Amino acid sequence: MTRDRPEPPLALVAELTHRCPLQCPYCANPVALARASSELDTESWLRVFDEAASLGVLHLHVSGGEPTVRGDLATLVRAAAALGMYSNLITSGVLLDAARLQALAEAGLDHVQLSLQDMEPGDADRIGGFAGGHAVKLAVARQVRAAGLALTLNFVVHRQNLERLPAMIALGETLGAGRIEIAHVQYYGWGLLNRDALLPTRAQLDAATTAVEAARMRLRGQVVIDYVVPDYYAARPKACMGGWGRRIMTVTPAGRALPCHAAEGLPGLVFPSVREMPLAAIWQDAPAFARFRGTDWMAEPCRSCDQREIDWGGCRCQAFLLTGDAARTDPACAKAPDHAMVLAATAASAAAPPSYVYRGDRRTRENVR
Amino acid sequence: MTDEAAVPVFADGAKFRFDRVRDSWVVLAPERLFVPDAHAVEILRLIDGQRSLGAIVDALAARFEAPRDVLARDVADMLHDLADRGAIRL
Ligand code: SF4
Repeated sequence: MTRDRPEPPLALVAELTHRCPLQCPYCANPVALARASSELDTESWLRVFDEAASLGVLHLHVSGGEPTVRGDLATLVRAAAALGMYSNLITSGVLLDAARLQALAEAGLDHVQLSLQDMEPGDADRIGGFAGGHAVKLAVARQVRAAGLALTLNFVVHRQNLERLPAMIALGETLGAGRIEIAHVQYYGWGLLNRDALLPTRAQLDAATTAVEAARMRLRGQVVIDYVVPDYYAARPKACMGGWGRRIMTVTPAGRALPCHAAEGLPGLVFPSVREMPLAAIWQDAPAFARFRGTDWMAEPCRSCDQREIDWGGCRCQAFLLTGDAARTDPACAKAPDHAMVLAATAASAAAPPSYVYRGDRRTRENVR
Repeated sequence: MTDEAAVPVFADGAKFRFDRVRDSWVVLAPERLFVPDAHAVEILRLIDGQRSLGAIVDALAARFEAPRDVLARDVADMLHDLADRGAIRL
């Protein structure tokens, strides 16, 4: 293994568009959304997929925005399947129907990851800003399975809905999901602004962990449950993206190649466009991909830490957002010089009354069925 | 204990293929990548939706010099492990 030749990426996240019918306040999309006219066209995506497969990409995550707004989705999926890539459609589902799913299945789609904002239709719709969206999603989940496609249900959890986690898991089971992903809101952008209202308490987390462990036992061999404790409570940071420029490459709607979907917000980095450079050259040679790759960029305490090739120093974006310096140790790490600010946030969560008002706290039983 | 009559299949959404770039077999599943060793590859290649667990063990016993009960345990362990991780249905 040579230092100058990075291992090939395992996954490509193809953000086909920033367009989306929903308006979730915690959306990770940049504020300056790419317009439809600046999106890569079908031909360009087909070339990118081709280059990705030759480079060694195995998983293709088709995302957005809402990727189903693209009329060429089935064409793109078909090309990915012909290249042997595992295709995963990451969708809110609200634009899908049985016929479209059937066509995608025939094109060779492997998997659908459907996001649900919450269990409670009123609240879920209010968050997504799309009336009736929740009911549509439940119908779509069933259509995904009817089309013979594998299904992951993705729930975004936080202080206001974490107690409903057992009902979320039960819903996933009812809908035939082979995998349930429970993801905490990330404290970036909107999440960071509302952190005090969203950060769960330690007691909530302990209850959630117990519920997940029980469900994993019960559903063993049938449903995989992915659940990660938010890094604010984890003492060690997450290995963000599996390490910068190590496993995953993202291409934005306009064709910028990024080591992580949020990396465009970091100052001082120039991200090449797939319109101008082949994917392999970007992965291997672009300075922005090399900037935080491996361990050479690290300062103390990471530089001499025995965890440095496990978590790769945590998340560069979180380091930047909290400290103003993307090259610092992720403050989520208990050894980070800036860890006090994370401790202050978790300590405050025990007391702070939520400032983010979340209407309706009715139980969800009738919606689980 | 696993019933030898059970017919293992790849789970919906799991794919077993050869990766030419890395020169190895891989199992692809949602957000998962498994790189089976040579021994596991022999087992996985026998999964065709028809063969039972017992038939897979028989096929391996005919090719490898190992006691059948040892092989049977190996095969069951490996497939259960992959089943727990969502790649196989037993
Ligand atoms: S000091 Fe750095 S490498 Fe060590 S655990 Fe913390 S973030 Fe990871």
